Amino acid sequence: MGLLLDSHRRRALARLLLRLNTPLCVVSYMAGVIWFLGLAFSPLTQNTYISENAMGSTMVEEQFEGGEHALSYARDFIAQRRKTGSLPVTWLERTMRSVGLEVYSQSFSRTLPFPDETHERYMVSGTNVYGILRAPRAASTESLVLIVPSSPGTLNAQAVGLLLSLATYFRSQIYWAKDIIFLVTEHDLLGTEAWLEAYHDVNITGMQSSPLRGRAGAIQAAVALELNSDVVTSLDVAVEGLNGQLPNLDLLNLFHAFCQKEALLCTLQGKLQHSDWASLGGSLHGLQTLMLMVLRQASGRPHGPHGLFLRYHVEAITLRGINSFRQYKYDMTSVGKTLEGMFRKLNNLLERLHQSYFFYLLPSLSRFVSIGLYMPAIGFLLFIPGLKALELWVKLNKVDFGPEDRSGLNHSPPQLIGQENRGVALTPLVAPVLISQATGLALYLLPVMGQHVAAQHFPVAEAEAVVLTLLAIYVAGLALPHSTHRVVSTSPRGPDSGWMALKLLALLYLALQLGCISLFNFSLGFLLAVTMVPAAALTQPSGPRLLYAVLLVLVSPGATLLGSLFLWRELQEAPLTLAEGWQLFLSALAQGVLDHHLYGALLFPLLALGLYPCWLLFWNVLFWK
Amino acid sequence: MAMAAPLTLHLLLALLLGSSGPSRAEPERDSLREELVLTPLPSGDVSATFQFRTRWDSELQHEGGTNHHFLRYAVLPREVVCTENLTPWKKLLPCSSKAGLSVLLKAERLFHTSYHSQAVHIRPVCRDSHCTSISWELRQTLTVVFDAYTTGQGKKDWSLFRMFSRTITEACPLASQSHVYVDISKNSQDNVTLEVSPPPKSTYQAVVLGVRRTYAVYDLLNPATFSGSRSLNLQLRWKQQQDSGGHLVPFLHAQRYVSGYGLQTGELSTILHNTHPYRAFPVLLLEIVPWYLRLYIHTLTITTKGKENKPSYIHYQPAQDRLRPHLLEMLIQLPANSVTKVSIQFERALLKWTEYTPDPNHGFYVSPSVLSALVPNLVGTKPTNWEESPLFSTMFPISDSSSHFVRLYTEPLLVNLPTPDFSMPYNVICLTCTVVAVCYGSFYNLLTRTFHLEEPKRSRLVRWLANIIRRIRGVPPL
Repeated sequence: MGLLLDSHRRRALARLLLRLNTPLCVVSYMAGVIWFLGLAFSPLTQNTYISENAMGSTMVEEQFEGGEHALSYARDFIAQRRKTGSLPVTWLERTMRSVGLEVYSQSFSRTLPFPDETHERYMVSGTNVYGILRAPRAASTESLVLIVPSSPGTLNAQAVGLLLSLATYFRSQIYWAKDIIFLVTEHDLLGTEAWLEAYHDVNITGMQSSPLRGRAGAIQAAVALELNSDVVTSLDVAVEGLNGQLPNLDLLNLFHAFCQKEALLCTLQGKLQHSDWASLGGSLHGLQTLMLMVLRQASGRPHGPHGLFLRYHVEAITLRGINSFRQYKYDMTSVGKTLEGMFRKLNNLLERLHQSYFFYLLPSLSRFVSIGLYMPAIGFLLFIPGLKALELWVKLNKVDFGPEDRSGLNHSPPQLIGQENRGVALTPLVAPVLISQATGLALYLLPVMGQHVAAQHFPVAEAEAVVLTLLAIYVAGLALPHSTHRVVSTSPRGPDSGWMALKLLALLYLALQLGCISLFNFSLGFLLAVTMVPAAALTQPSGPRLLYAVLLVLVSPGATLLGSLFLWRELQEAPLTLAEGWQLFLSALAQGVLDHHLYGALLFPLLALGLYPCWLLFWNVLFWK
Repeated sequence: MAMAAPLTLHLLLALLLGSSGPSRAEPERDSLREELVLTPLPSGDVSATFQFRTRWDSELQHEGGTNHHFLRYAVLPREVVCTENLTPWKKLLPCSSKAGLSVLLKAERLFHTSYHSQAVHIRPVCRDSHCTSISWELRQTLTVVFDAYTTGQGKKDWSLFRMFSRTITEACPLASQSHVYVDISKNSQDNVTLEVSPPPKSTYQAVVLGVRRTYAVYDLLNPATFSGSRSLNLQLRWKQQQDSGGHLVPFLHAQRYVSGYGLQTGELSTILHNTHPYRAFPVLLLEIVPWYLRLYIHTLTITTKGKENKPSYIHYQPAQDRLRPHLLEMLIQLPANSVTKVSIQFERALLKWTEYTPDPNHGFYVSPSVLSALVPNLVGTKPTNWEESPLFSTMFPISDSSSHFVRLYTEPLLVNLPTPDFSMPYNVICLTCTVVAVCYGSFYNLLTRTFHLEEPKRSRLVRWLANIIRRIRGVPPL
């Protein structure tokens, strides 16, 4: 503190900062990126371990033998499903009741804000069926959930069969301390959302559903199961939930432990673990898996029904059976044994899962990066807008000789002693900031509100109208500098102070937003920071303007989304052509808007109301006159 | 399970001081009555209820009238009944577990059931009509429900031996009455008949839970009961396999849950079902909620069939932090064939860090709410003589000819409170926050203060010393 209190040293520090600003920024950016890429390498990753004592020491012996039984249930399910044309509710209820469960069903309906072309649905109504296995002599205060989504596209018949078979087996056991809810939902995530909202008796997304008649206390953990073949070659696990939330790492560790015990082939992001972790190839493979996880987490979409449970503080994962061309296959019995083991261990829990990490990145199933080790990466990146803002601040106070403007917004403390007090004129900034925010608001509201008008006047369907309006408003925002300049009178303080003040404000706004985002969704924060920060730091209305403009357009949130799609498919080893990429981009836009309205995903409002206006401010800086 | 009333398992000790209603004069002294009631349920499960009643004279004199200051109610919602509760309970029995019905009380069978409930009631009873002297009554009950699915391997036929791995050989020698009752009444919807062997010598009709039931009676004091073999092994056989879909739904049942998400607020909801086809009746709802759930009493809403249902009586005693829980008592009228929802919002309090239990992430229990009601009967009865009728008929005492008394406990709730992470990261966070706080102070100072450069003022002593040095150096003084 003494360093800053002493005016001479302060002046020296400011001078140093000005001189070393650019190299510092470059070094900081490099450090951030290299740190991130280094996350997959051994000093930064740790081996996973089960922290929860209640699940650690006692290994259970799995005795589930109902694999064949599960397949016969699955065949019945398919036959019934074909007969009724939708979820065979009565058959499911009868079967669950004959198994000895307490059976209830719930009907729900939801009209989407606009037709969903990917899933081909608009007015959705369906039924969820669930059976509760009551723990003997317990008071129904805690429960576990096994959930199978069954929708017309992915029937998950084998998963339903395995669920029923597991219910039969679990029912005959005496050791349960928590109730177990066996849930079959229709219309994948919509059904899950309807059930969860009804279970917790809340209505967040405007879902119409009948109230639940049977409950089983506080849900402690949930496992979602998706199986579409009689045999599987591997089990893939999905952890990323709504808004990038992750389940407690212990749940994943539990799954991994049983994978090893049953000698199952388990994958993460569809990638097998590399045999030799220490080698360069292994680490690069880990980096690839890690990048996939970052991309999926950044999307903020629930990657499976488990993703919706996380909002309710219920730890959950989704297991997907994969049937590929690999020679060695596993039958339903081994999958069932894995689930039996997991449920028995979860049954032993005395407290909610809380011992292990909630914030982590996974380069493979057996290794993880904790929050303390990945946060420096974004710290380095967010250092740059800070440095740049400081530089602008110092410059503004030196260049500028206008009268002191002390409006309410002015947060300028008097500067160096012996000089006149100077400040930043904020009045010229009001117009661009307001206009940018208004554009963001229009981007957020108009596509869904104006879809009918658009569909009437143009020969497009509603869903297309939404996406095209979205793009139109987005692109129209680029023309803003012309209109804002008409409003802004020329600054009285010299030629550069106007854009500098605006850039200062925009940099602080960007740093604040990215900082907040990275706290709850590191992946999203990092992806946005690594693209936007350098362009934001470079932007100025002089120099190679065209280059800056191209750079700025390339790092705008929409372009980042497009780029991420290509990168994602590249990492999955299924590269996209340009046309496919564009199609995928359009559907991703529609899905993003839908996710916000259906499940409360925050990515769309975050981009439309926060980052896009911020990006427009930089665009304004670039075209400042 | 046909017992649709919420199955709560909790240890409840109710000590009632005061007169206990009209009881007959001159009860037998030091008398024991024991009985076992077997009720086959339509699902194939069997419920078995043991009742033991002992009475003895006491020198303790009883003051007239009930002093409400001595009424206490306490619940341990966390406690689950287990073998360590059974052993001392059995020791209270005059025959312990050596003879009579109590030989059936084998822990390994009783705890291999889907429902278990145990109770001890102590109360004074009047010895004469003027209540000049009293006797004490100790009544012990134990109810278990055997699960046809797990215990019976899918078969629905039962015998005493299969249930308890024991048979009855004799009555307790101290008992004045020892009976086994088997519910053989037909359910109205399905015409399934139940066969009991050995065939009963007599039957008994009673109105239980508002419905007329028929019981086969076996008197263990009658040597003819054991005439065929040395022991009595009752067997129940269903004549035809039936679908287990038909559930017996009681007229009054309830359900309770916590709604909402997040660790700040929530809502306690109690759902009361009146399934009686044509009679409305009032229910007294008692809620005792711990102080760390801060109830917002203005959010109390009671809705029946979409309309507001104003309670005719409300008694509310607000909580005091760390001293007293919330007490909320309401008299609510339940219309016929209706569902009533009582909900109240709460905020979760942040406890002091020493107040958390050793397992804070398990959650905190909220005791069950208690429902007391006079539920109308479907069939009329004439008032019976309590001393003559079997013990089980007093479990749901019939107040007048048209209704019976029921007290229900809803399920306890598990509520998560905002809990700090009591581990190493917690310490790290504390430390970091301290460091940040220190830095924040200085930065704030720096940003909000104006600094002026001032020539340092030297004190007289310093100047005097400096002048001496300057004089020595030959420089003009300051």
